[in-house]
Amino acid sequence: MSGVNLNALRVGDQLPELAIPVTARLIVGAAIASRDYQNVHHDKAGAQALGSPDIFMNILATNGLVGRYATDWGGPRARLNKVAIKLGAPNYPGDTMTFRGEVTAVDETSGRVTLEVKGKNSLGYHVTGSVELTLPGARA
Amino acid sequence: MSKVEAHIDLSAYLGGDRGPYTSWDPVNRPMIRHWCEAMGDDNPIYRDDAAAREAGFDGIVAPPTMLQAWTMRGIREQRPPGSDARDPFEVLTALENMGYKAVVAVNCEQEYLRYPGEGDRLYYRSTIESISEQKRTALGVGFFVTELSTYFNQRDEAVATMRFRVFKFAPHERPGAAPSGEGGPSRPAAVTRMRPVRNRDTAFFWEGVDAGELRIQRCQGCQTLRHPPAPACPECQSLDWDHIRASGRGVLYSFVTMHYPEIPPFDYPNLIALVELEEGTRLVSNLVGVSRRDVRIGMPVQLEFSEVEPGFRLHRFRVLGGD
Repeated sequence: MSGVNLNALRVGDQLPELAIPVTARLIVGAAIASRDYQNVHHDKAGAQALGSPDIFMNILATNGLVGRYATDWGGPRARLNKVAIKLGAPNYPGDTMTFRGEVTAVDETSGRVTLEVKGKNSLGYHVTGSVELTLPGARA
Repeated sequence: MSKVEAHIDLSAYLGGDRGPYTSWDPVNRPMIRHWCEAMGDDNPIYRDDAAAREAGFDGIVAPPTMLQAWTMRGIREQRPPGSDARDPFEVLTALENMGYKAVVAVNCEQEYLRYPGEGDRLYYRSTIESISEQKRTALGVGFFVTELSTYFNQRDEAVATMRFRVFKFAPHERPGAAPSGEGGPSRPAAVTRMRPVRNRDTAFFWEGVDAGELRIQRCQGCQTLRHPPAPACPECQSLDWDHIRASGRGVLYSFVTMHYPEIPPFDYPNLIALVELEEGTRLVSNLVGVSRRDVRIGMPVQLEFSEVEPGFRLHRFRVLGGD
Protein backbone atom coordinates (compact mmCIF):
# COMPACT_ATOMS: atom_id res chain seq x y z
CA MET A 1 0.00 0.00 0.00
CA SER A 2 2.65 2.54 -0.85
CA GLY A 3 0.28 4.63 -2.92
CA VAL A 4 0.44 6.42 -6.22
CA ASN A 5 2.59 9.28 -7.40
CA LEU A 6 0.45 12.36 -7.77
CA ASN A 7 2.69 13.96 -10.35
CA ALA A 8 2.63 10.94 -12.64
CA LEU A 9 -1.16 10.71 -12.61
CA ARG A 10 -3.19 11.49 -15.68
CA VAL A 11 -6.89 11.84 -16.21
CA GLY A 12 -8.03 8.54 -17.64
CA ASP A 13 -5.62 6.40 -15.63
CA GLN A 14 -7.27 3.19 -14.54
CA LEU A 15 -7.17 1.76 -11.04
CA PRO A 16 -6.38 -1.92 -10.73
CA GLU A 17 -9.51 -4.04 -10.57
CA LEU A 18 -10.59 -5.43 -7.23
CA ALA A 19 -12.89 -8.45 -7.10
CA ILE A 20 -14.91 -8.82 -3.91
CA PRO A 21 -16.54 -12.23 -3.37
CA VAL A 22 -19.98 -11.38 -1.99
CA THR A 23 -20.61 -14.00 0.65
CA ALA A 24 -23.29 -14.16 3.33
CA ARG A 25 -20.35 -13.93 5.73
CA LEU A 26 -19.27 -10.60 4.26
CA ILE A 27 -22.83 -9.22 4.10
CA VAL A 28 -23.64 -10.14 7.69
CA GLY A 29 -20.17 -9.31 9.01
CA ALA A 30 -20.14 -5.88 7.40
CA ALA A 31 -23.73 -5.13 8.51
CA ILE A 32 -22.80 -5.91 12.10
CA ALA A 33 -19.49 -4.03 11.90
CA SER A 34 -21.58 -1.03 10.83
CA ARG A 35 -24.17 -1.78 13.55
CA ASP A 36 -26.93 -2.14 10.97
CA TYR A 37 -29.37 -4.77 12.26
CA GLN A 38 -32.05 -4.39 9.61
CA ASN A 39 -33.23 -7.91 8.94
CA VAL A 40 -32.71 -7.70 5.16
CA HIS A 41 -28.97 -7.84 5.86
CA HIS A 42 -28.94 -11.04 7.93
CA ASP A 43 -32.31 -12.83 7.79
CA LYS A 44 -33.16 -14.49 4.49
CA ALA A 45 -36.79 -15.23 5.39
CA GLY A 46 -37.25 -11.68 6.61
CA ALA A 47 -35.72 -10.34 3.42
CA GLN A 48 -38.02 -12.54 1.36
CA ALA A 49 -41.09 -11.35 3.25
CA LEU A 50 -40.13 -7.86 2.05
CA GLY A 51 -39.88 -8.96 -1.55
CA SER A 52 -36.14 -9.61 -1.82
CA PRO A 53 -34.92 -13.03 -2.97
CA ASP A 54 -32.13 -13.10 -0.40
CA ILE A 55 -30.26 -10.98 2.10
CA PHE A 56 -28.26 -8.19 0.49
CA MET A 57 -25.34 -5.94 1.36
CA ASN A 58 -26.09 -2.74 3.28
CA ILE A 59 -25.10 0.64 1.93
CA LEU A 60 -22.66 1.32 4.77
CA ALA A 61 -20.71 -1.74 3.70
CA THR A 62 -20.73 -0.63 0.08
CA ASN A 63 -19.53 2.78 1.22
CA GLY A 64 -16.75 1.22 3.26
CA LEU A 65 -15.67 -0.98 0.36
CA VAL A 66 -15.59 1.98 -2.03
CA GLY A 67 -13.46 3.91 0.47
CA ARG A 68 -11.16 0.92 0.84
CA TYR A 69 -10.83 0.56 -2.93
CA ALA A 70 -9.80 4.21 -3.21
CA THR A 71 -7.27 4.12 -0.37
CA ASP A 72 -5.88 0.70 -1.33
CA TRP A 73 -4.89 2.55 -4.48
CA GLY A 74 -4.01 5.92 -2.97
CA GLY A 75 -2.00 4.54 -0.06
CA PRO A 76 -1.94 5.37 3.66
CA ARG A 77 -1.10 9.01 3.06
CA ALA A 78 -4.15 9.57 0.86
CA ARG A 79 -7.01 11.41 2.57
CA LEU A 80 -10.61 10.79 1.65
CA ASN A 81 -12.53 14.02 1.12
CA LYS A 82 -15.75 12.77 -0.42
CA VAL A 83 -17.44 9.52 -1.21
CA ALA A 84 -20.67 9.82 -3.20
CA ILE A 85 -22.32 6.57 -4.20
CA LYS A 86 -25.48 5.44 -5.87
CA LEU A 87 -26.73 1.90 -5.45
CA GLY A 88 -28.16 -0.20 -8.25
CA ALA A 89 -28.32 -3.99 -8.47
CA PRO A 90 -28.19 -5.56 -5.00
CA ASN A 91 -25.21 -7.58 -3.82
CA TYR A 92 -26.67 -10.99 -3.00
CA PRO A 93 -24.65 -13.87 -1.52
CA GLY A 94 -22.80 -15.96 -4.07
CA ASP A 95 -22.09 -13.11 -6.45
CA THR A 96 -18.82 -11.33 -7.10
CA MET A 97 -18.52 -7.57 -7.26
CA THR A 98 -15.66 -6.21 -9.31
CA PHE A 99 -14.52 -2.65 -8.73
CA ARG A 100 -13.09 -0.59 -11.53
CA GLY A 101 -12.00 2.98 -11.22
CA GLU A 102 -10.71 5.79 -13.35
CA VAL A 103 -9.04 9.09 -12.57
CA THR A 104 -11.39 11.85 -13.73
CA ALA A 105 -9.62 14.93 -12.33
CA VAL A 106 -6.16 15.77 -11.01
CA ASP A 107 -5.17 19.03 -9.35
CA GLU A 108 -1.44 18.92 -8.77
CA THR A 109 -1.50 22.15 -6.78
CA SER A 110 -3.87 20.94 -4.10
CA GLY A 111 -3.25 17.23 -4.55
CA ARG A 112 -6.95 16.65 -5.03
CA VAL A 113 -7.81 13.73 -7.26
CA THR A 114 -11.26 12.59 -8.30
CA LEU A 115 -12.04 9.01 -9.19
CA GLU A 116 -15.03 7.50 -10.85
CA VAL A 117 -15.69 4.15 -9.23
CA LYS A 118 -17.99 1.39 -10.36
CA GLY A 119 -18.69 -1.94 -8.71
CA LYS A 120 -20.33 -4.47 -10.94
CA ASN A 121 -21.89 -7.82 -10.13
CA SER A 122 -23.66 -10.40 -12.30
CA LEU A 123 -26.84 -8.31 -12.32
CA GLY A 124 -25.20 -5.07 -13.39
CA TYR A 125 -23.81 -2.12 -11.46
CA HIS A 126 -24.19 -2.53 -7.74
CA VAL A 127 -22.60 0.85 -7.13
CA THR A 128 -21.53 3.81 -9.19
CA GLY A 129 -20.02 6.89 -7.72
CA SER A 130 -17.16 9.22 -7.26
CA VAL A 131 -14.44 9.59 -4.67
CA GLU A 132 -12.33 12.64 -4.03
CA LEU A 133 -9.09 12.23 -2.20
CA THR A 134 -6.05 14.32 -1.49
CA LEU A 135 -2.75 12.68 -2.32
CA PRO A 136 0.62 13.66 -0.92
CA GLY A 137 3.15 15.36 -3.13
CA ALA A 138 1.19 18.51 -4.04
CA ARG A 139 3.33 21.21 -5.60
CA ALA A 140 1.78 23.97 -3.51
CA MET B 1 -54.87 3.90 2.98
CA SER B 2 -54.27 2.80 -0.57
CA LYS B 3 -50.71 2.27 -1.74
CA VAL B 4 -51.56 3.74 -5.08
CA GLU B 5 -52.88 6.94 -3.53
CA ALA B 6 -50.76 9.50 -5.34
CA HIS B 7 -51.64 12.59 -3.34
CA ILE B 8 -50.21 11.93 0.09
CA ASP B 9 -49.05 15.22 1.57
CA LEU B 10 -45.73 14.69 3.32
CA SER B 11 -44.61 18.32 3.39
CA ALA B 12 -45.00 18.48 7.18
CA TYR B 13 -41.97 16.18 7.44
CA LEU B 14 -39.69 18.42 5.39
CA GLY B 15 -36.90 20.54 6.85
CA GLY B 16 -36.46 20.90 10.57
CA ASP B 17 -33.33 20.63 12.65
CA ARG B 18 -33.26 17.59 14.88
CA GLY B 19 -30.53 16.42 17.14
CA PRO B 20 -28.21 15.88 18.71
CA TYR B 21 -28.10 12.16 17.99
CA THR B 22 -25.20 10.88 20.03
CA SER B 23 -23.01 7.78 19.87
CA TRP B 24 -22.96 4.83 22.25
CA ASP B 25 -19.19 4.72 22.31
CA PRO B 26 -16.32 7.06 21.64
CA VAL B 27 -14.30 6.33 18.51
CA ASN B 28 -12.38 3.25 19.54
CA ARG B 29 -9.92 0.69 18.30
CA PRO B 30 -12.05 -2.47 18.61
CA MET B 31 -14.92 -1.11 16.52
CA ILE B 32 -12.46 0.24 13.97
CA ARG B 33 -10.74 -3.12 13.81
CA HIS B 34 -14.02 -5.00 13.34
CA TRP B 35 -14.99 -2.64 10.56
CA CYS B 36 -11.64 -2.93 8.78
CA GLU B 37 -11.72 -6.69 9.17
CA ALA B 38 -15.17 -6.92 7.59
CA MET B 39 -14.25 -4.56 4.74
CA GLY B 40 -10.87 -6.18 4.17
CA ASP B 41 -9.29 -2.75 4.67
CA ASP B 42 -5.60 -3.07 5.57
CA ASN B 43 -4.81 0.63 5.63
CA PRO B 44 -2.33 0.92 8.54
CA ILE B 45 -3.52 4.39 9.62
CA TYR B 46 -6.58 2.65 11.10
CA ARG B 47 -4.57 0.32 13.36
CA ASP B 48 -0.97 1.47 13.69
CA ASP B 49 -0.20 4.69 15.56
CA ALA B 50 3.22 5.04 13.94
CA ALA B 51 1.77 4.70 10.43
CA ALA B 52 -0.98 7.17 11.32
CA ARG B 53 1.60 9.68 12.59
CA GLU B 54 3.59 9.23 9.43
CA ALA B 55 0.43 10.14 7.53
CA GLY B 56 0.04 13.31 9.58
CA PHE B 57 -2.35 12.26 12.35
CA ASP B 58 -1.80 12.22 16.12
CA GLY B 59 -2.57 8.51 16.32
CA ILE B 60 -4.87 6.00 14.67
CA VAL B 61 -8.00 7.35 13.01
CA ALA B 62 -11.31 5.79 12.07
CA PRO B 63 -12.09 5.14 8.42
CA PRO B 64 -14.12 8.20 7.47
CA THR B 65 -16.58 5.97 5.62
CA MET B 66 -17.42 4.39 8.99
CA LEU B 67 -19.18 7.62 9.93
CA GLN B 68 -22.70 6.31 10.50
CA ALA B 69 -21.57 3.25 12.43
CA TRP B 70 -20.75 5.44 15.45
CA THR B 71 -24.28 6.70 15.86
CA MET B 72 -26.29 3.64 14.84
CA ARG B 73 -28.87 2.51 17.35
CA GLY B 74 -27.73 -1.11 17.31
CA ILE B 75 -29.57 -4.28 18.08
CA ARG B 76 -31.91 -2.79 20.68
CA GLU B 77 -32.86 0.04 18.36
CA GLN B 78 -32.24 2.50 21.14
CA ARG B 79 -30.61 5.86 20.80
CA PRO B 80 -27.72 6.64 23.09
CA PRO B 81 -28.30 8.91 26.09
CA GLY B 82 -28.49 12.60 25.32
CA SER B 83 -30.13 12.01 21.94
CA ASP B 84 -33.12 13.94 20.71
CA ALA B 85 -36.14 11.75 21.45
CA ARG B 86 -37.67 12.56 18.09
CA ASP B 87 -37.03 10.25 15.15
CA PRO B 88 -34.96 12.08 12.54
CA PHE B 89 -36.49 9.90 9.83
CA GLU B 90 -40.04 10.12 11.19
CA VAL B 91 -41.40 10.28 7.67
CA LEU B 92 -40.33 6.67 7.15
CA THR B 93 -42.43 5.52 10.08
CA ALA B 94 -45.35 7.51 8.72
CA LEU B 95 -44.93 5.85 5.34
CA GLU B 96 -44.60 2.45 6.96
CA ASN B 97 -47.96 2.98 8.64
CA MET B 98 -49.42 3.81 5.24
CA GLY B 99 -48.34 0.40 3.92
CA TYR B 100 -44.94 1.21 2.42
CA LYS B 101 -43.17 -1.52 4.37
CA ALA B 102 -39.87 -1.93 2.56
CA VAL B 103 -36.90 0.38 2.44
CA VAL B 104 -33.67 0.48 0.48
CA ALA B 105 -30.87 2.99 0.62
CA VAL B 106 -30.14 4.37 -2.83
CA ASN B 107 -27.64 7.21 -2.43
CA CYS B 108 -25.08 8.22 0.10
CA GLU B 109 -22.91 11.28 -0.35
CA GLN B 110 -20.41 11.89 2.40
CA GLU B 111 -18.02 14.78 2.69
CA TYR B 112 -15.26 14.47 5.26
CA LEU B 113 -13.93 17.57 6.98
CA ARG B 114 -11.67 15.80 9.50
CA TYR B 115 -10.89 12.19 10.28
CA PRO B 116 -12.34 11.06 13.62
CA GLY B 117 -9.59 10.05 16.00
CA GLU B 118 -9.53 7.66 18.93
CA GLY B 119 -11.59 9.01 21.81
CA ASP B 120 -13.70 11.42 19.75
CA ARG B 121 -17.37 11.47 20.69
CA LEU B 122 -19.46 11.99 17.61
CA TYR B 123 -23.00 13.24 17.30
CA TYR B 124 -25.08 14.46 14.41
CA ARG B 125 -27.93 16.78 13.62
CA SER B 126 -30.46 15.99 10.94
CA THR B 127 -32.81 17.66 8.53
CA ILE B 128 -35.06 16.17 5.86
CA GLU B 129 -33.91 17.84 2.70
CA SER B 130 -36.38 16.43 0.21
CA ILE B 131 -39.26 14.00 -0.24
CA SER B 132 -40.16 12.97 -3.77
CA GLU B 133 -43.55 12.56 -5.36
CA GLN B 134 -44.74 8.98 -5.30
CA LYS B 135 -42.60 7.02 -7.76
CA ARG B 136 -42.93 3.64 -9.37
CA THR B 137 -39.63 1.79 -9.76
CA ALA B 138 -38.63 -1.79 -10.51
CA LEU B 139 -38.88 -2.49 -6.77
CA GLY B 140 -42.28 -1.05 -6.08
CA VAL B 141 -44.23 2.14 -5.48
CA GLY B 142 -42.98 4.62 -2.93
CA PHE B 143 -41.06 7.74 -2.06
CA PHE B 144 -37.44 8.90 -2.16
CA VAL B 145 -36.52 10.67 1.06
CA THR B 146 -33.23 12.55 1.51
CA GLU B 147 -31.81 13.25 4.93
CA LEU B 148 -28.94 15.70 5.40
CA SER B 149 -26.91 14.94 8.51
CA THR B 150 -24.02 16.94 9.89
CA TYR B 151 -21.63 15.12 12.19
CA PHE B 152 -19.71 16.88 14.94
CA ASN B 153 -17.13 15.86 17.52
CA GLN B 154 -17.08 16.65 21.26
CA ARG B 155 -15.61 20.08 20.49
CA ASP B 156 -18.57 20.80 18.21
CA GLU B 157 -16.27 20.84 15.20
CA ALA B 158 -17.97 19.58 12.06
CA VAL B 159 -16.49 16.23 11.11
CA ALA B 160 -18.57 15.32 8.06
CA THR B 161 -21.79 15.88 6.22
CA MET B 162 -23.91 13.17 4.71
CA ARG B 163 -26.81 13.15 2.31
CA PHE B 164 -28.57 9.83 2.67
CA ARG B 165 -31.40 8.95 0.30
CA VAL B 166 -33.70 6.01 0.79
CA PHE B 167 -36.61 4.59 -1.18
CA LYS B 168 -39.48 3.68 1.12
CA PHE B 169 -41.86 1.54 -0.83
CA ALA B 170 -44.55 -1.08 -1.14
CA PRO B 171 -43.06 -3.97 -3.14
CA HIS B 172 -44.80 -4.99 -6.34
CA GLU B 173 -47.03 -8.00 -5.99
CA ARG B 174 -45.33 -11.04 -7.47
CA PRO B 175 -48.10 -13.30 -8.69
CA GLY B 176 -45.64 -15.98 -9.81
CA ALA B 177 -43.94 -16.37 -6.45
CA ALA B 178 -45.35 -19.00 -4.14
CA PRO B 179 -45.84 -17.60 -0.64
CA SER B 180 -44.96 -20.89 1.04
CA GLY B 181 -42.22 -23.45 0.75
CA GLU B 182 -38.63 -22.66 0.04
CA GLY B 183 -39.50 -20.66 -3.04
CA GLY B 184 -39.82 -17.06 -1.97
CA PRO B 185 -39.18 -14.29 -4.41
CA SER B 186 -36.95 -15.57 -7.18
CA ARG B 187 -33.45 -14.33 -7.64
CA PRO B 188 -33.03 -12.34 -10.83
CA ALA B 189 -30.96 -14.11 -13.45
CA ALA B 190 -27.46 -12.86 -14.14
CA VAL B 191 -27.37 -10.49 -17.08
CA THR B 192 -25.41 -12.09 -19.88
CA ARG B 193 -24.40 -11.10 -23.37
CA MET B 194 -26.67 -11.88 -26.27
CA ARG B 195 -25.55 -14.94 -28.18
CA PRO B 196 -25.02 -14.59 -31.91
CA VAL B 197 -27.64 -15.97 -34.26
CA ARG B 198 -26.33 -19.02 -36.06
CA ASN B 199 -28.10 -19.77 -39.29
CA ARG B 200 -27.15 -21.40 -42.60
CA ASP B 201 -25.38 -18.22 -43.71
CA THR B 202 -23.47 -17.49 -40.50
CA ALA B 203 -22.83 -20.90 -38.88
CA PHE B 204 -19.44 -21.28 -40.59
CA PHE B 205 -18.29 -18.00 -39.07
CA TRP B 206 -19.26 -18.88 -35.48
CA GLU B 207 -17.98 -22.42 -35.83
CA GLY B 208 -14.69 -20.80 -36.82
CA VAL B 209 -14.75 -18.69 -33.65
CA ASP B 210 -15.45 -21.86 -31.65
CA ALA B 211 -12.41 -23.44 -33.31
CA GLY B 212 -10.23 -20.39 -32.66
CA GLU B 213 -10.10 -19.07 -36.19
CA LEU B 214 -11.55 -16.11 -38.02
CA ARG B 215 -13.22 -17.12 -41.27
CA ILE B 216 -14.00 -15.00 -44.30
CA GLN B 217 -16.65 -16.07 -46.77
CA ARG B 218 -15.38 -16.53 -50.35
CA CYS B 219 -17.41 -16.66 -53.56
CA GLN B 220 -16.66 -19.82 -55.49
CA GLY B 221 -17.72 -18.11 -58.70
CA CYS B 222 -15.39 -15.08 -58.71
CA GLN B 223 -13.26 -15.68 -55.56
CA THR B 224 -14.36 -12.35 -54.04
CA LEU B 225 -14.19 -12.27 -50.24
CA ARG B 226 -17.15 -10.85 -48.36
CA HIS B 227 -18.21 -9.99 -44.83
CA PRO B 228 -20.73 -10.00 -43.21
CA PRO B 229 -21.89 -13.38 -44.46
CA ALA B 230 -24.61 -13.39 -47.09
CA PRO B 231 -26.15 -16.07 -49.30
CA ALA B 232 -25.20 -14.50 -52.64
CA CYS B 233 -22.09 -12.82 -54.03
CA PRO B 234 -22.68 -9.09 -54.53
CA GLU B 235 -20.21 -9.16 -57.46
CA CYS B 236 -21.34 -12.12 -59.55
CA GLN B 237 -24.54 -13.25 -57.78
CA SER B 238 -23.22 -16.75 -57.37
CA LEU B 239 -24.83 -18.74 -54.57
CA ASP B 240 -21.77 -20.98 -54.23
CA TRP B 241 -19.32 -20.14 -51.51
CA ASP B 242 -16.72 -21.49 -49.16
CA HIS B 243 -14.42 -19.71 -46.74
CA ILE B 244 -10.80 -18.95 -46.01
CA ARG B 245 -9.05 -18.49 -42.70
CA ALA B 246 -7.99 -14.92 -42.01
CA SER B 247 -4.41 -14.25 -40.91
CA GLY B 248 -5.71 -12.17 -38.01
CA ARG B 249 -3.72 -9.11 -38.96
CA GLY B 250 -5.43 -5.87 -39.81
CA VAL B 251 -5.66 -2.17 -39.18
CA LEU B 252 -8.17 -0.06 -37.34
CA TYR B 253 -10.44 1.37 -40.03
CA SER B 254 -12.80 3.20 -37.68
CA PHE B 255 -14.09 3.02 -34.11
CA VAL B 256 -16.68 4.28 -31.68
CA THR B 257 -16.47 4.47 -27.91
CA MET B 258 -19.69 3.42 -26.22
CA HIS B 259 -20.23 5.42 -23.03
CA TYR B 260 -23.96 5.41 -22.51
CA PRO B 261 -26.25 3.70 -21.87
CA GLU B 262 -24.21 1.15 -19.98
CA ILE B 263 -25.57 -2.32 -20.66
CA PRO B 264 -24.64 -4.59 -17.74
CA PRO B 265 -22.69 -7.40 -19.44
CA PHE B 266 -20.24 -5.03 -21.10
CA ASP B 267 -17.39 -3.02 -19.63
CA TYR B 268 -17.26 0.70 -20.21
CA PRO B 269 -16.01 2.70 -21.93
CA ASN B 270 -16.59 0.06 -24.58
CA LEU B 271 -14.27 0.40 -27.57
CA ILE B 272 -15.95 -0.91 -30.70
CA ALA B 273 -13.70 -1.25 -33.70
CA LEU B 274 -14.23 -1.60 -37.40
CA VAL B 275 -11.16 -3.57 -38.43
CA GLU B 276 -9.92 -3.86 -41.97
CA LEU B 277 -8.31 -7.26 -42.32
CA GLU B 278 -5.25 -7.63 -44.51
CA GLU B 279 -7.40 -9.83 -46.77
CA GLY B 280 -9.50 -6.72 -47.46
CA THR B 281 -12.81 -7.35 -45.68
CA ARG B 282 -13.88 -5.38 -42.62
CA LEU B 283 -15.60 -6.54 -39.48
CA VAL B 284 -16.90 -5.10 -36.24
CA SER B 285 -15.29 -6.28 -33.04
CA ASN B 286 -13.98 -5.09 -29.70
CA LEU B 287 -10.64 -3.38 -29.29
CA VAL B 288 -8.34 -4.02 -26.33
CA GLY B 289 -4.84 -3.12 -25.25
CA VAL B 290 -5.27 0.61 -25.72
CA SER B 291 -6.74 3.46 -23.71
CA ARG B 292 -9.58 5.26 -25.42
CA ARG B 293 -7.58 8.47 -25.62
CA ASP B 294 -4.77 6.75 -27.48
CA VAL B 295 -6.87 5.07 -30.16
CA ARG B 296 -5.92 6.19 -33.67
CA ILE B 297 -7.33 5.12 -37.00
CA GLY B 298 -4.79 3.08 -38.91
CA MET B 299 -3.31 1.40 -35.84
CA PRO B 300 -2.16 -2.17 -36.56
CA VAL B 301 -4.27 -4.72 -34.72
CA GLN B 302 -4.04 -8.44 -34.12
CA LEU B 303 -6.84 -10.95 -33.72
CA GLU B 304 -7.24 -12.80 -30.45
CA PHE B 305 -9.95 -14.83 -28.77
CA SER B 306 -11.26 -14.33 -25.31
CA GLU B 307 -13.75 -16.11 -23.10
CA VAL B 308 -16.09 -13.20 -22.37
CA GLU B 309 -18.35 -15.33 -20.21
CA PRO B 310 -17.89 -18.89 -19.02
CA GLY B 311 -18.28 -21.08 -22.10
CA PHE B 312 -18.70 -18.15 -24.50
CA ARG B 313 -15.71 -17.24 -26.61
CA LEU B 314 -15.50 -14.27 -28.95
CA HIS B 315 -12.95 -12.79 -31.27
CA ARG B 316 -11.51 -9.36 -30.56
CA PHE B 317 -8.56 -7.28 -31.64
CA ARG B 318 -5.57 -6.08 -29.71
CA VAL B 319 -3.60 -3.01 -30.66
CA LEU B 320 -0.04 -4.03 -31.48
CA GLY B 321 2.57 -2.31 -29.40
CA GLY B 322 -0.06 -1.39 -26.81
CA ASP B 323 -0.35 -2.63 -23.22
